[in-house]
Amino acid sequence: MTTPLSTRPAIRVAHVTKSYRGAGAAPGLLALDDVSLDVRRGELLALLGPSGCGKSTLLHVIGGLVQAEGQVVVNGAPVRGPGLDRGIVFQDYALFPWRTVLANVAFGLEMKGLPAPERSRIAREQLRLVGLSAFEDRYPSQLSGGMKQRVALARALAFDPDVLLMDEPFAALDAQTRELLQIELLRVWERTGKTIVFVTHSIDEAVFLAQRVAVITARPGRVKEVLDVELPSPRHARDVRSTPEFTACRHALWELLSEEVTRASGEASAAPAVATPPRRGLLGAFARAFSRRAA
Amino acid sequence: MTRTLLTRVALAALIVAAWELLPRSGVVNPVFLTPASEVARTIWELFTSGELAVHARVSLVRILEGLGLAIVLGVPLGLGMGAFRGFERAVDAPLQAGRQISAIALFPVFILFFGIGELSKVMIIFWASLWPVLLSTVAGVKGVDPVLVRSARSMGARRGTLFRKVILPAAAPSIFTGVRLGAAYAFMVLVAAEMIGANAGLGFLVLNSQEVFAIPRMYAAIVALAAFGLAVNAVLLAAERRATAWREAAGT
Repeated sequence: MTTPLSTRPAIRVAHVTKSYRGAGAAPGLLALDDVSLDVRRGELLALLGPSGCGKSTLLHVIGGLVQAEGQVVVNGAPVRGPGLDRGIVFQDYALFPWRTVLANVAFGLEMKGLPAPERSRIAREQLRLVGLSAFEDRYPSQLSGGMKQRVALARALAFDPDVLLMDEPFAALDAQTRELLQIELLRVWERTGKTIVFVTHSIDEAVFLAQRVAVITARPGRVKEVLDVELPSPRHARDVRSTPEFTACRHALWELLSEEVTRASGEASAAPAVATPPRRGLLGAFARAFSRRAA
Repeated sequence: MTRTLLTRVALAALIVAAWELLPRSGVVNPVFLTPASEVARTIWELFTSGELAVHARVSLVRILEGLGLAIVLGVPLGLGMGAFRGFERAVDAPLQAGRQISAIALFPVFILFFGIGELSKVMIIFWASLWPVLLSTVAGVKGVDPVLVRSARSMGARRGTLFRKVILPAAAPSIFTGVRLGAAYAFMVLVAAEMIGANAGLGFLVLNSQEVFAIPRMYAAIVALAAFGLAVNAVLLAAERRATAWREAAGT
């Protein structure tokens, strides 16, 4: 509490535990088990783990979309729900199909209560930065996957959140588009200096993007280790993936992760009934949204 | 494309030709089935005399009032049912029972309560068109992608905003389908309602013509009803296309 502002972490995750109740007699599911993690101001931190390890759940807890035990503090304020201080980029883009590209990017600005001309101006500027100025009147269905994710990134950046939370944003894209967007994200990060938490199950992606990689264990999710990634910079200027530093880092993470992947797949085949967390439907989302009105 | 158009035109021509030739050749008694050309002439007469417009307007007002009421009550009720499971559970049983009651069967009840005038006719149309509107709205809300709700929530959207800016537009295509289905149901019961205690309307024109043995006029009224239904559907479809233009965009 007496820590000076500059050294205070952008995000502090303290003893976060998340369990899902089992349906009927089925046993409950422990998704996150006492997770503690600090994200430094302005860093790009990757959460790396096997599928279903709870890394996305952790991101959603930070985003305030999922309630959990423990505490998450963003810029000194405890998280009680979603807020415009955090921007989330989802794997499946989550663009509103009935809104044009421009109106999608302006959504957060509407929520912020900015007047219309101001919204358009900012949204246009953000679209220009992701190279989609020519597409502002298109609908999402008319865009490729890579373009959709650029729009989603522009939308999250438009309302200028302190931290950007990215949930496997490039997982659904083809390899070339993914590499392009990774480079673009690094540029965005350098330009804006935002704190970014990036969830991925790809070791290469984590090493290429992150300054630090937090390895999450197979369920229940715990932070196994946080690894520093030191690569020659700027990373996008040359073939950084061929450098010995990259290879060394990749190998270290592979070692850490391989046990977890084995453990995760073993568990999944032994108890398939609990392999997927209960799907949280629209009603659940509503209930949470309404119960949190006062927050 | 042109080929399907050709077969469609050919089939329509075949039906009209049969309608013309069967009574003319005496295979079907021409007293019971008026030839197509004569029906067309009768429609023209009704149209130019202004009689058709009078009946069509009366029917249209009943449809608009009944269907309008169904939309005004059905859409908010459906939104509530789709969004709140507890509310849906509570109202589900009476609504399921209500849905099973034929609108026609309720007509005597409506007459008892609302008299033989306009109100009972509007109510029966309301009753018939409420169900497709309501059920499509519920289905539309339940079908909203949870990812979109999560995305809007992450940007601070709550209750009212979530409904207005996410749930409603996402459910709109389904709601429109329900409204068009509701309009079709409305037409079905309109005719039945206008056959009892009415002195105007296209349904009245059908029954009245039969009663006074003006058979060409009876067929003319039936054809006019069909055309009227198609026109209303076309208007609703155009409104739907306008409101959900983003769905068409995918193809371009």
